[in-house]
Amino acid sequence: MSDLIPFIVAKYNYWIYITLMMIGLYAMIAKNNLVKKIVGMNIFQTAIILFYVSIGAKKGATIPIIEHAHGDAHGAVSHTIEIAHYINPLPHVLMLTAIVVSVATLGVALALAIKVYNRHKTLEEDEIIDQIKGI
Amino acid sequence: MRMIALIIIVLSGGLLLYATQDFPQWADPASPASLHLSPHYIQKSMEETSVPNLVTAVLADYRGFDTMFETTVIFCAGVACFMLLRISRQTPEDRYYRHISTGVTIHIKDGGKIPDKSKEFERIDTMWTPFDLVIKTVCRFLIPFIQLFALYVIAHGHHSPGGGFQGGVILGASIILLAISHNLRTATKRMNEKLIGLLCVTGVFIYAGTGALCLLIGLNFLDYSALASVLFLDPVSARSFGILIVEIGVGIAVMATMIWIYNNVSSAGKYDEGL
Amino acid sequence: MSQHYPALLVIVPLLSAFLISAAGWLNKRLCFPIAVAALSVACFSSVLLLFQVLDEKVVLYKLGGWSPPWGIAYSVDYLNGLVLVVVSVVALLNLIATQRNVEQEFSEKIGAFYTLYILFVTGLLGIVVTGDAFNLYVLLEIASLTGYGLIAMGENRAPLATLNYLYMGTIGASFYLLGIGYLYIVTGSLNMADISAILPSLYHSKTVLAAFVICIVGVWLKMAFFPLHAWLPNAYTYAPSAVSSLIAPLMTKVIIYVMIRLMLTVFTPKYIFSTLNVSDSIVWIAVIAIVMGAILALGQRNLKKMLAYIIVAEVGYMVGGAWLGNRAGMTGAILHIANDALMTLCVFLVVGNIVYKVKGYAFEDLKGLFRKMPFTMGAFVVGAMSIIGVPPTCGFFSKWYLISGAIQAGHYGFMVALLFSSLVNVILFFRVIEISYYEPFENHHGQESHPGKIAEAPLTMLVPLLIVAAGLVVVGVYTGDIVNHIIEFAIPKGIV
Repeated sequence: MSDLIPFIVAKYNYWIYITLMMIGLYAMIAKNNLVKKIVGMNIFQTAIILFYVSIGAKKGATIPIIEHAHGDAHGAVSHTIEIAHYINPLPHVLMLTAIVVSVATLGVALALAIKVYNRHKTLEEDEIIDQIKGI
Repeated sequence: MRMIALIIIVLSGGLLLYATQDFPQWADPASPASLHLSPHYIQKSMEETSVPNLVTAVLADYRGFDTMFETTVIFCAGVACFMLLRISRQTPEDRYYRHISTGVTIHIKDGGKIPDKSKEFERIDTMWTPFDLVIKTVCRFLIPFIQLFALYVIAHGHHSPGGGFQGGVILGASIILLAISHNLRTATKRMNEKLIGLLCVTGVFIYAGTGALCLLIGLNFLDYSALASVLFLDPVSARSFGILIVEIGVGIAVMATMIWIYNNVSSAGKYDEGL
Repeated sequence: MSQHYPALLVIVPLLSAFLISAAGWLNKRLCFPIAVAALSVACFSSVLLLFQVLDEKVVLYKLGGWSPPWGIAYSVDYLNGLVLVVVSVVALLNLIATQRNVEQEFSEKIGAFYTLYILFVTGLLGIVVTGDAFNLYVLLEIASLTGYGLIAMGENRAPLATLNYLYMGTIGASFYLLGIGYLYIVTGSLNMADISAILPSLYHSKTVLAAFVICIVGVWLKMAFFPLHAWLPNAYTYAPSAVSSLIAPLMTKVIIYVMIRLMLTVFTPKYIFSTLNVSDSIVWIAVIAIVMGAILALGQRNLKKMLAYIIVAEVGYMVGGAWLGNRAGMTGAILHIANDALMTLCVFLVVGNIVYKVKGYAFEDLKGLFRKMPFTMGAFVVGAMSIIGVPPTCGFFSKWYLISGAIQAGHYGFMVALLFSSLVNVILFFRVIEISYYEPFENHHGQESHPGKIAEAPLTMLVPLLIVAAGLVVVGVYTGDIVNHIIEFAIPKGIV
């Protein structure tokens, strides 16, 4: 037990991301309402963003914007740049892409939900299945 | 279904937790992710692209190809929403009008004559829409400032957090605010559907077209240093300008697509009544 | 220009998709010609690229001029060179063949339809050509989002089926993304070749194991491998016919290519087959997939759904073949990607022609069609023979490689499953052919089309279909060349 607590504390944001992700996954599989599933899907995707951003963190480092660098003086500042001073920019770039993808998916999913609602007049999955079987 | 879901999340959560054992320490400066690729970005991007914001440099230049497709993803979503929802044939529906000077609401059942052109009536969405003078005025007052800020975010992406996506979303939000505070018809009068559709295309086309221009000049696709000969600059400044051009393209595309998706989803494709 | 083929392959369709979208607002008649031109260029450059690969072995293209681990690079070798040709040819033929269907089903939104169509193909081509693991995810999402938009335009239950596909597809793609993240956290790289160079020292890391499991499960979700196949039959059945004949041949096959790419290039065969000891159990899952796909197909009373379940079984063929862990099995799997794309295209185009003329695809609608549409049904017989695996057609040869791989690996369960599914396919297709040949024509769809009116489909639909049917035989005849000159080199030396 005494080993477990430092283990959790050292990597707590990975634990949080896994918990969030499982909440989203559970909602996507177990919930009956189609919009709740979409909400679950969003939680699921956001958890992955949290994971990637955690990879980028670096102790004692600041945001990845070179300080005291003015656009005209390119090359002049390069010798003073410390790697340890700036966090890793790559995960942030990847997550910008992932955010955009999740927004796009959300938009299409909502459009589909509207279409389903127009056709079946309900968003509860079991009621829709009953309707389909009844026909 | 609940049991299956529980089993699945216990299994996958267990696997993911099991894998965290071998993760490097959180925020460790010596982790592989911080040592393999990122030192190059941190140390070289200033001299190779002359963009101090490393995220912008990596986003629009080193991995600019990803970003082009990211913009395309948004564009796809816009086209898909349009394709799924847009109903062009207008079926007659119940409509509500308010006589502006007296505040009397009239309800016109389907097929009735519609006083659309009349100056004395305004169309409202529900049986009783309050006179929301405060909301309308405040929003009207705020929207120009929001748009100005959005332009700042796009243009200043090289030096501070920001860039095409963020600025584009803010620009789109300003128009969506207009649609929420007034109604959807006011917003679509300002930016009609065709304009939005064409703006979407223009935005992504600016991005991909810049890349193709580099290819035509003779370097690889999206190698902005090819623009040096067109812009009369040295190759490194040309990269910086190339990034600015594509960021503007991204901004236009994201703005237009956000509005397009909002219009389609909020009115279920009828472009009549919004939220 | 020759060094730019990998970029042109993706860029030309992408730019023309934007042009089509603009044309959709300005002049609708331009949409189709631009689409045809774009895919012709893509087709042309993919063929030239394949020849270039035959000369140079690997063609590398640095996008933005940045060298690989820092920038994104396209890398084309024998494996994706072949798949690229298949994807672009199938997409082009289907585009031409389904022009009439599209006009019939989407008269108003033709611009949006062709935009999504070309973007879908762009996405698939990008998935195949890229050498960057994260870039693959972005393109996978492009292909999926456009796919959702296209499928949901189908009949009655299509939106619900698509929404289910969207949930499953998003979970699959997110799992893939997460797996790439797990690889990134231990290797620090996103380039496939770079990852595989770093991995050997990490073979026993728990993170790599988890990354492998998550990636593969995500990819299986996307390809509808048996226990995860639930979304596929409905989505493919209710899609508009022009869409199902595009997505059914291409989507699952491209994802299978992704799986093989992950196995061969990212995780390397040594890790997959030696360090992990899972290949036998995965082949057993594939056996179940094949058997269940065949049995479920038997229960269907409509042609499109029956074909959808056959696809589920075919996915089992390819996954099983790839995991047998020997050269013959892998050859069979890669060859089957090409063959299955062609034969699925053939049978789905036939369905498209039938829908165009008869407005239905239940078994009762097929009665007497041999008299009315002899060429279409003739092509159907060729496609059916290929799916069953009758010698002159290409389906026979890939099945031959798969079976000999199974025997070589001593995995007789897989062999029996393959034979069983071939037998079931005989029954399935014979039943369809019997209905359409022997039973007299009946008109269910009433007044607007009189019994005599049903005739052969128009030439623009028929010619591409007959080209595909002939292609099945031609590819079958030249199988030896394809295997000896291309697939032989696509498989790393480590696999015997």
